[in-house]
Amino acid sequence: MDFQSCVKIQKEWDIVGARQLGRERAKAIGFGTVDQARIATAISELARNIYLYAKTGKICFEIIDDLEHKGIRIYAIDSGPGIEDISQVMEDGFSTSGGLGAGLPGVKRLMDHFEIDSEPGKGTQVKTVKWVR
Amino acid sequence: MNIDLRNIVLENSDTIVKKWLEEVSKNRNNDYTSTISDELFQSTNREFVNVIFTSVDKQGVTSELDDFSERLINLGWPLSYITDGLQVFRRVTIDYMLGQSEKVDTDQFAKILDLVDNWVEPIINQLVNEYSGSWEHTVSLQRVALQELSAPLIPVMDNITVMPLIGTIDTERAKLIMENLLDGVIKHNAEVVLIDITGVPVVDTMVAHHIIQAAEAVRLIGSTCILVGIRPEIAQTIVNLGIDLSKFPTKSSLRKGFQSALELTNRKIVQTKQSEDNVEKLLDSLNKE
Repeated sequence: MDFQSCVKIQKEWDIVGARQLGRERAKAIGFGTVDQARIATAISELARNIYLYAKTGKICFEIIDDLEHKGIRIYAIDSGPGIEDISQVMEDGFSTSGGLGAGLPGVKRLMDHFEIDSEPGKGTQVKTVKWVR
Repeated sequence: MNIDLRNIVLENSDTIVKKWLEEVSKNRNNDYTSTISDELFQSTNREFVNVIFTSVDKQGVTSELDDFSERLINLGWPLSYITDGLQVFRRVTIDYMLGQSEKVDTDQFAKILDLVDNWVEPIINQLVNEYSGSWEHTVSLQRVALQELSAPLIPVMDNITVMPLIGTIDTERAKLIMENLLDGVIKHNAEVVLIDITGVPVVDTMVAHHIIQAAEAVRLIGSTCILVGIRPEIAQTIVNLGIDLSKFPTKSSLRKGFQSALELTNRKIVQTKQSEDNVEKLLDSLNKE
């Protein structure tokens, strides 16, 4: 896959770096402030999941800009422990770390398109898109 | 043998310095030092090369080197100036020495390389250490400064306290917020605490979770926590995330939050000046009639 830009997540402050870059990109292609906040929050959730559960990974951005639609695609890729039961983590209120358990279902609601792919022991990949309206 | 080689270099320092200055000046155009005036650049170069030769002469790190590096750090010269300069010195010196001997066998060649490396490496190590030491020092100072700024608590009036939060909240800061909040509530005997998140760029589940916990802890010690400064876009993301903030009151602005804090403590703001004005106007209008 050819990504336009990636941010490595290794420290807690990398989460801030990732969402700042994401917000910048989102602003540049014409998202409004509300959608910018949504995208930044979604990146924050995804990056925090990487930091909390997989320790290291990366957040990548891809700008989609063709005749029909404009938007941003965000990938969150790690090679951490993976997720046993994906339907469980997509439920509101499920958390293994004592958090609110709103992260992944929240990202799904914040964004327009959401795909998650995970294999226990191999890692997790989340692909999510937001369109400019 | 080594001493002989050293003497060759020291005796011919003028030639080497000249070459070095030429090389360094050539490098100059393409980078960092372009904002520095020519005079300063030349004089620093001369000083730099003198420092190098003193340390070659005295075989080791000298106090001149310490002084020089300290000054460069204070002036904010880039580290690459020093490392580039020393690499150039290494190259020029080796070139010169190889050019001096008529026939160079591999043994001699290795010896010269080794010798020059032994001169240059301690200097590079020393300077890089000093530079990174100074950076680490700066970073740790900024960390402390940031920590002092991270969770301030302002007692605005009896029983009402405000905690304005600005910038990103990480786990370390969240801990500080909780501690300062609870300490402050007890210390200032606050009935109402306003947490202002106007300056928090992103409220994700982690930040929300910490705020909820802090508000809950404040409730447990008998005070009320009001979350203020929720911008419209933050309100929408909180709804999208499905975070339940209904356990404590929230307001859009600090001003509205302060008003409800006054209500909660059975007080209100009264405008004194304007009421006097009104009375005067009334009297005026009566006089006119």
